[in-house]
Amino acid sequence: MKTMTNNNINQSEAFYAQNVPDKSGHFGEYGGKFVPETLMPALEQLEKEYLKAKEDPIFNKELKYYLNEYVGRPSPLYFARRLTEKLNGPKIYLKREDLNHTGAHKINNTMGQVLLAIRMGKKRIIAETGAGQHGVATATAAAMFGLECDVYMGEEDIRRQSLNVFKMKLLGANVIPVKTGSKTLKDATNEALRDWMSSVVNTHYIIGSVVGPHPYPVMVRDFQIVIGQEVREQIQSAEGRLPDYIIACVGGGSNAIGIFYPFIEDKDVKLIGVEAGGWGYDVGQHAATLSCGEKGVLHGSLSYVLQDDDGQTSQVHSISAGLDYPGVGPEHSYLKDIHRADYVSVTDDEAVEAFSMCARLEGIIPALEASHAIAYTVKFAPTLDKDKVIVINLSGSGDKDSFEVARKLGIDL
Amino acid sequence: MNRIDAKFKELKEKGVPAFIPFITAGDPSLDTTRELILEFDRRGADMIELGVPYSDPIADGPVIQSSYYRALSSGIKLADILELVRDVRKKSEIPIVSMVSQSILFKYGCKEFVKNAVNAGLDGATIPDLPIEEAEEIIEAGKMKDFKVACFIAPTTTDDRVDLIVRKSQGFLYYISVVGITGSKNELAEELTNNIRKIKKATSLPVALGFGISTPEQARTAGKIADGVIVGSAIVREIEKHSNQESSILVNKVGEFVEELVNSTKNQN
Ligand SMILES: Cc1ncc(COP(=O)(O)O)c(C=O)c1O
Repeated sequence: MKTMTNNNINQSEAFYAQNVPDKSGHFGEYGGKFVPETLMPALEQLEKEYLKAKEDPIFNKELKYYLNEYVGRPSPLYFARRLTEKLNGPKIYLKREDLNHTGAHKINNTMGQVLLAIRMGKKRIIAETGAGQHGVATATAAAMFGLECDVYMGEEDIRRQSLNVFKMKLLGANVIPVKTGSKTLKDATNEALRDWMSSVVNTHYIIGSVVGPHPYPVMVRDFQIVIGQEVREQIQSAEGRLPDYIIACVGGGSNAIGIFYPFIEDKDVKLIGVEAGGWGYDVGQHAATLSCGEKGVLHGSLSYVLQDDDGQTSQVHSISAGLDYPGVGPEHSYLKDIHRADYVSVTDDEAVEAFSMCARLEGIIPALEASHAIAYTVKFAPTLDKDKVIVINLSGSGDKDSFEVARKLGIDL
Repeated sequence: MNRIDAKFKELKEKGVPAFIPFITAGDPSLDTTRELILEFDRRGADMIELGVPYSDPIADGPVIQSSYYRALSSGIKLADILELVRDVRKKSEIPIVSMVSQSILFKYGCKEFVKNAVNAGLDGATIPDLPIEEAEEIIEAGKMKDFKVACFIAPTTTDDRVDLIVRKSQGFLYYISVVGITGSKNELAEELTNNIRKIKKATSLPVALGFGISTPEQARTAGKIADGVIVGSAIVREIEKHSNQESSILVNKVGEFVEELVNSTKNQN
């Protein structure tokens, strides 16, 4: 009986790895390529080059070198003793992506994509950014390799994340303010795609999350799974077993898929994605795409989307610029539908509270994005047995958020 | 016969290219859009490309994007736009092809869209963010109702893809005359002529040229090499320029500009 079950699990493991996504980039019905014809050849070239690079030991060795020596990997998996005691529930571990160079997980992806751009002979890099973390990570990688770099950023985000704007400029990138629409991440993404349409010959577009047309969702995932691969080893040596829960915040979904994916086949490991609940659950007040959205097409792929009954994108809100996005990566939509991962949300206030709590109890100031994952754990952990183990992906540092949180708390810096 | 087919057939017999103005439905209002279509018809335009405004367009340039925002600010829906077409059909038989984002189409439903579009009097659609690989469903739904889903070819399109696209496209082919988004570039690319010639060898479908054609001179050049000339941003900019004026003045001014474009497109000497 037991062997039977194992066999079944093995079959489904093989099934996921081999069939998701399919050759044209579909995760079940999600994903695909919904872009103008002008971009199709570029996406085909990117996919071909990426698949070649992925199998190339030289590429992998080079990427590993930079991740270890420059980014500072592996990042620690830290046992949060005081947070664990305070919540009086399972053991809580923090995966310290905030300790990466530039302070977030985003650089895992930009290092990979910049190396790929160099292989493709592209001299110019463009990117969109919300919180500015992806922009900084892109500008950093571009600076290190001497590539020209333009970053699109919504005016609203430029206001909220002025520190990162300054950093990008220091790094030699050109920050292009986006004044259209809601002046946030989605509009910056439109603008970057539009730039790419007329510059595709010499420019590589580094998308910052597991969104966009195929092959981006797979490629960005593959560059982020280093997080989960490390956690697997680290938790084995700390606890001698796999965790019971993995909790990560979900904006586009790259830090979440990065830590989830290496555990997808371990059905006993529960995967929980935490979205931005903002001020509440009326339209325009949150960015909880998987919790509240519907199937739709945005930025080149089919996924859950926050939109109205005519297909127009809804306004969204989150205190955290990195989660303030009306779409989500197609693989998360798939994982939700097949019930492999659960998606929940917490409010701005809960996130800010968790932000402070983590600072006081652990001496770690987490990014507001990651504070969403902590906030859900604060609510959830006390309901669980003490012999369970939770890993939270602490996707980034909260340095960038100091001004925004101070403002929210009514403090003048 | 579908109005698009009939028009291209008629023009082919006459040996003149089609002139196709693009406007955004609802910019600045649905009433003005209706009057503009009727005016363009009177001024000699052969077909209308009617843009359905979308909040997050990626295939359109800044001029058209702004027109989408202006249109959407009044809260118009796809249903209102179909109603507008129904209204136009009381007075005009000019072929109308909608330009609609896959985001809107997916939400509305392909079959539902084709059914309601045909009932309203629309003749076809172009879907700028739907590559041929994902277009099967709408093309097939269109075929059932003689609704033409016209596909795009770009200068970057590889020969393999050209073969695929010319086999699937309905009504005509939309050739993107500049690498990039809709907008106004000063010159038409040189290799254009060669590319169009290559496409015409592979298909008997008419080829319309659009994206980046903004002046009467460019329209004349484009008309020499293609079966149709589409002008978008330049017309939308004219509308924007006159949007503070009374509707009848706006319609007349933009009509004059379109007539100029019609004349230079057709006057091929
Ligand atoms: C620290 C941090 N965490 C999370 C995110 C959200 O992105 P994703 O869901 O792709 O991980 C961002 C985005 O800017 C971020 O900066």
